[in-house]
Amino acid sequence: MDFTLNDEQQMFAETARQLFADTCTPDHWRRQMESGAVLDEERWAQIVDTGFPLVLLPEEAGGLGLGELDFAVIAEAAGYNALPDPLVESAGIATPLLAAARPDIELMADPAAIVAIQHPANPYVADAEAASALILHKEDEAYLAAREDVTLKRKESIDPFRRLYTVEWDPAKAQPLGAVDWELALDRGALFAAAQGLGLAQRAVDLAVEYAKERQQFGKPIGTYQAVKHHLSSAQVAIEFARPVVLAAAADLAHGDVQSRARISHAKLVALEAADQAARASIQVHGAMGYSWEVDVHLFLKRTLALTSSWGTPYFHRQRIMHRIAAQPLGPDQTFARETVHA
Amino acid sequence: MDLSYTPEQQAFRAEVRSWLEAHVPKAPLEHYDATREGFEAHREWEKTLKSGDWGMVTWPSEYGGRGLDLIQWLIFEEEYYRARAPGRVNQNGIFLLGPTLMEFGTHEQKSRFLTRMASGEEIWAQAWSEPMAGSDLAGVRATAVLDGDEYVLNGHKIWSSRAAFADWAFGLFRAPGSERHHGMSLIFFPLDAPGVTVNPIRKINGHVGFAEIFLENVRVPAFNRLGEEGQGWHICMATAGFERGLMLRSPARYQVAAAELARLWQARKDDPWVDPALEADVVRAFMNAEAYALSIYQTASRLMAGAKIGPEASTNKIFWSELDIHLHRTALAILGPEAEVLSEPGAHDWIDDYIFSLAGPIYAGSNEIQRNIIAERMLGLPRK
Repeated sequence: MDFTLNDEQQMFAETARQLFADTCTPDHWRRQMESGAVLDEERWAQIVDTGFPLVLLPEEAGGLGLGELDFAVIAEAAGYNALPDPLVESAGIATPLLAAARPDIELMADPAAIVAIQHPANPYVADAEAASALILHKEDEAYLAAREDVTLKRKESIDPFRRLYTVEWDPAKAQPLGAVDWELALDRGALFAAAQGLGLAQRAVDLAVEYAKERQQFGKPIGTYQAVKHHLSSAQVAIEFARPVVLAAAADLAHGDVQSRARISHAKLVALEAADQAARASIQVHGAMGYSWEVDVHLFLKRTLALTSSWGTPYFHRQRIMHRIAAQPLGPDQTFARETVHA
Repeated sequence: MDLSYTPEQQAFRAEVRSWLEAHVPKAPLEHYDATREGFEAHREWEKTLKSGDWGMVTWPSEYGGRGLDLIQWLIFEEEYYRARAPGRVNQNGIFLLGPTLMEFGTHEQKSRFLTRMASGEEIWAQAWSEPMAGSDLAGVRATAVLDGDEYVLNGHKIWSSRAAFADWAFGLFRAPGSERHHGMSLIFFPLDAPGVTVNPIRKINGHVGFAEIFLENVRVPAFNRLGEEGQGWHICMATAGFERGLMLRSPARYQVAAAELARLWQARKDDPWVDPALEADVVRAFMNAEAYALSIYQTASRLMAGAKIGPEASTNKIFWSELDIHLHRTALAILGPEAEVLSEPGAHDWIDDYIFSLAGPIYAGSNEIQRNIIAERMLGLPRK
C-alpha cells in the first residue's frame, strides 16, 4: 500500500507545469483566440518533444508503455493552463485506442500526428480539423479515416478552445478497425477530464487568491474578509477531496472492473464539481472584473462546463456508482477491493 | 503508487478480525455519555482491548502499544468499525493527548501517563474551552502559578467532553498577567483533586457528555506540565492538528454508515413516500466516505514517507463533519414519517447519530475557524 507519486510521475508533472506555464500565457490565449488557429504549431512541436504523446502508447507501437497515472498528472497541468491543444483527447484517449487495435499502423511512427475520436458517449468530435485521422464508430465497430476523406462541420463551443465538429463520412473510404474497447476509451476520457478538472479548479482558486490579496475595498484587501475567504476555502476543500480520488482512479483504471469504473466515475463527478465551484467562486470574488472577457477566469468556467458533460454526463456516472453500490460488497474493508463475481 | 495490501497487511487484517469476532460484546453497551454504568462498561472494554494488546496500536510497546505503522492503524480501525466494536471512551486521551505526549513529553511522563491511557485505567477529558474562550482559544483566563514544585490552578473550564465521568483532564492555563498566545501552559490534573468541582451539562440528545469544571486552588505537581512553561499554545495547536487531521475520525466510521445507508435505501426505495431523487444522495454519501478514506490513506502514505501534517488537517475536519450531516439527513429523509419515532428500532440509531453529527462543525475548532485557517495558511490570504 503506497499512495504516493513516484519520481517519474513527479517529473512529468513538473515538466508539464513548466512547459504549459511558459507556452500558455494569457498572451498566448488571446493571440490564438484572435487568429482562430486550430492548433498552435510551435507549442505542439514542444509538447511532442517532451514525449507526452508517447506516454500511454505501448512499446511495440513506439511508445513509453506507461500508465494512466503518468498521463493524469500531465492532464492536470493541461487543465491548470487551459491548454488549447488536443493533447488529452489525442494522446490520452484516441492514439492508445488505435495502438491497441493496430500497433503497427503507419500513423504510429509519427509522434506529432493527432488523432481525433468519435465516441458513442459524445455527440460531437473534438479537434477533428487539427487531426491527421479520425477514429469513427458505426454500429459498435470502429473505423479509421484520414482527415481529407471526411466532411467536417464546425459546431461553435462556448469554450473558445474547444473545436467541435459533426462528421460526415463514408465507410467505404475508411479502414475498418473491428471491435475496439469503447468502454476503456470512455474510462480514459472520463478520468482525464477529471484530472483536467483538478487543474481547472486549482487555477480558478489561485487566480481569485491573487486578486483578493491586491484588490482593496473599505481600505483593506478584500481577501481579509471572511465572506471572501470562505468561498475560496470551501472550493479548496472540494479540490483536496477530489484529488486522491482522481489519483486512485488513475492507478487502478487498468483493472477495468466494477470498482475501478465506479472510482473513475466518482473522480469525474467530484473533480468537475470542484472545478465548477471554484470557477464560480472565482468569478464572484473577482466581482465585475470576473464578468469581463478581459479577465481570464471565464476560460476555466467554460472548459469546466464543456468537460462536465463530455465522456459521460453526471447522471451516467452516478448510475455506474449506484451499480457498484448495489452489486458489490460495501464497507471499510472494501476501499481497495476488486470485483467479486456473484457477490 | 500501489493500492493493494501486502500479504503481511492482509494477515494483520485477518488477525484483527478474528480477535474482534471473539471479543466484541454481542449486545451494544449503553452509551458512555449516558450513565456512569455505560461509562464503566466502556472502561472495561478498554481493558479487554488492552488484554489483546489492541489498546493503541501505533504506540511503541514500551508505552503500551504495538509499534504499528499508519496503514496498519487504518486496517485496525476498518476492522474495528466493521465489527461494530464499542466507541472509544478514551478518545480524548489516546487520539488527542497521546500523540502530543509522544511528541512533547519526557520519558518519565510518557511512562507515567501513556501506559495507563492505553490500558483504559485512566480515562481523559479535554479542558480547553472557557466561557469567554471558545473559538478564540487564546482568550483563556484560567491561571497556573508555580509554588515550589507544584502548580496552583484556578479558573473555570466548560464544554469538556467526557469530564462528567473521566479521571483526568488536560487543560490550558496561563501565567497571571500574560496575554493571548503567550504565557500558556498545558497541564494535567485529576478530576477528583481537592478544589475541582465538575458540573455535568446535558446535551441536546439528553446525555451528560460534557461538563463545566471549576478549579479552586487545585495543586498538582510541576511534573504534570507538558513541554516548557509558556509553550502551551504551540503544543495545543499540535494536538489540534491530530484532532482535525488524522485520528479523531476514522474513515471507517463513515464507510460503515454509508453502507448502512445503502442497505436502508435498498429496503425502502419502493415505499410510496420515498423520493426517487434521494438515490443521488445515497451515491453522494458513498462517494464522500470513499473520498475521505482515500484522502486519509494518502496522508498516511505521506506521513510514512516523512512529511508532517499541516494546515490541510483543517480540510479534513470540514469534510468529515459535513459529510456526516449529509449522510444522516439522507437517512432521515428515506425514513420519512418514521424518522421522529424513537421507539422504532430502525430509526433510533439514525436519529441519535444525526443529532450527534450536528456537533461536528462545532467541536475541535468550529468550521468557520477551519475555513479561516485554510484561507490564511493554505491559500495565503491576509489575516487583516
